[in-house]
Amino acid sequence: MDANLKREIILDNYQEPFHKGLIDDTSYCKVNTSSESCIDNLDFIMKMDGDVIEDIRFDGEACAISTSVSSIFIRKLIGKTTEEAKEILNHYKNMINEKEYNADILGELNAYDEIYKQPNRKNCAMLPEEAIEKLLEELNNGE
Amino acid sequence: MNRDDFPILSQDFVYFDNGATTLKPQCVLDKMNDYYDYHTSNIHRGDYDFAIKTNEEYDRVRSLIGQFINANPEECIYTSGTTMSINMVVFGYMKYHLQKGDEVLLNKAEHASNILPWIRLSEEIGIVIKYVPLNEDYSLSLDAIKTCVTDRTKVISLAHVTNVIGDVRDVEAIGDYCHQNHILFHVDGAQSVPHLPVDFKKCHMDFLSFSGHKMCGPTGVGVLVGRKELLKDMHPLCYGGGMNSFFEEDGSYELKDSPIRFEAGTPPVAEVIGLGKAIEYLMEIGMDKIHEHEIELKKYLLDQIQDIPNVILYNKNSQSGILSFNLDGVFAQDVSIYLNHYHIYVRAGNHCAKMLKDELKIKNTVRVSVYFYNSFEDVDRLVEALKNSKDIFKVVL
Repeated sequence: MDANLKREIILDNYQEPFHKGLIDDTSYCKVNTSSESCIDNLDFIMKMDGDVIEDIRFDGEACAISTSVSSIFIRKLIGKTTEEAKEILNHYKNMINEKEYNADILGELNAYDEIYKQPNRKNCAMLPEEAIEKLLEELNNGE
Repeated sequence: MNRDDFPILSQDFVYFDNGATTLKPQCVLDKMNDYYDYHTSNIHRGDYDFAIKTNEEYDRVRSLIGQFINANPEECIYTSGTTMSINMVVFGYMKYHLQKGDEVLLNKAEHASNILPWIRLSEEIGIVIKYVPLNEDYSLSLDAIKTCVTDRTKVISLAHVTNVIGDVRDVEAIGDYCHQNHILFHVDGAQSVPHLPVDFKKCHMDFLSFSGHKMCGPTGVGVLVGRKELLKDMHPLCYGGGMNSFFEEDGSYELKDSPIRFEAGTPPVAEVIGLGKAIEYLMEIGMDKIHEHEIELKKYLLDQIQDIPNVILYNKNSQSGILSFNLDGVFAQDVSIYLNHYHIYVRAGNHCAKMLKDELKIKNTVRVSVYFYNSFEDVDRLVEALKNSKDIFKVVL
């Protein structure tokens, strides 16, 4: 992916993030994600319809990277089954950690394929992934 | 000033994170190496030449600290840093002298280390924490403190200089008020002792906490200064070697007097000796001169940064070397990552003052904190980078 296109995707999703802002609905499951090594602090909420992700939303104070990753992930994962979502999360994790991954299923998330070059930002890129993985676990254990 | 004393400054970078920790001059490093290279030994236990020399060096630092902040040497306890010092005050003294319902006055600009121990103590023994409201510019006045004082107010604990706003509290007037009203006065000196003259006795402080690494000294060492009469009734948080006179099978024991009583186990000997050198070094430069230089730097920075359109400033008025700001529409951490690209080192975050968000209405800021070795050229580099920050995301993304 061209560097300018990557920047454009990240900026678009940072400046106008998808599903930013929580709603007060007890049918959602909520997790908070933050890290000592960066100052991002995000809340995520998720709702399932059977095995399908019906909705995800997020809010908090965070940098351009973690905000945009959250936005892209949410757009991508709504409507996916747990298994489909997990597969995307795994390939994304592998990409961030410089392991083998399938670029075809990551779409816009490929904008972060060189984030490993900035070790302090890897953390920001991983926060939303960790939050969503935790939500999926909690929601599936609850059933 | 004195830039040649700092080997690290031969590299191309601008260090504006002095509120977090400071750079170390060669003389401090040499002093510590000297201990390791020529007289490594433990303290208080050896009869051989190295141990005698180490003892002398180690004990002499107490006198230096006393001279530096105007206290008696036996009132100066070596700790691991400000956090430990405050925990010793709260859990070693206050826990045994406060009762359920007694009030402790804090404020929302304080660092976590001057809030969390008190919250924990309120869980343990039921003290009541009250937060003195801040002025519009986030400073703290004696008048505001007075409005919060009741018959149950037993303690006022505050930072002399706060670490985000950088306002210098009038500790002399507050100390005087506490003294007259029989209120215990603890001062967190982490951001003041390194930067301006501090007088323990004159300000009627009961306890003063500060760290070595924020004043050109090594990490791992700090100081708790406590009034002699209070230290007699303070309980150690650590028990072990060095601090006891005897202990027997029947469970009887006797502890040594302060300050040794509070320094169980082998202390950070090299660090204490290094701290002593740092204090000598700062005294040689002069604390008034250091403070003046920082104020000049802040003024010079303010004059220029105010003209940059998207800069939001939070503490223009504070009389210290701390400036907190944001770039409109940019997350603080993205600004610090951007500045790092130009080798300008600042800090982004809430700076451990997590309650200040209630006042600032924003959680995170970029903080520039200067020290005497910062130059006007350092400021120029920062201003230049901020002026050119229109395309910040081209750099950080």
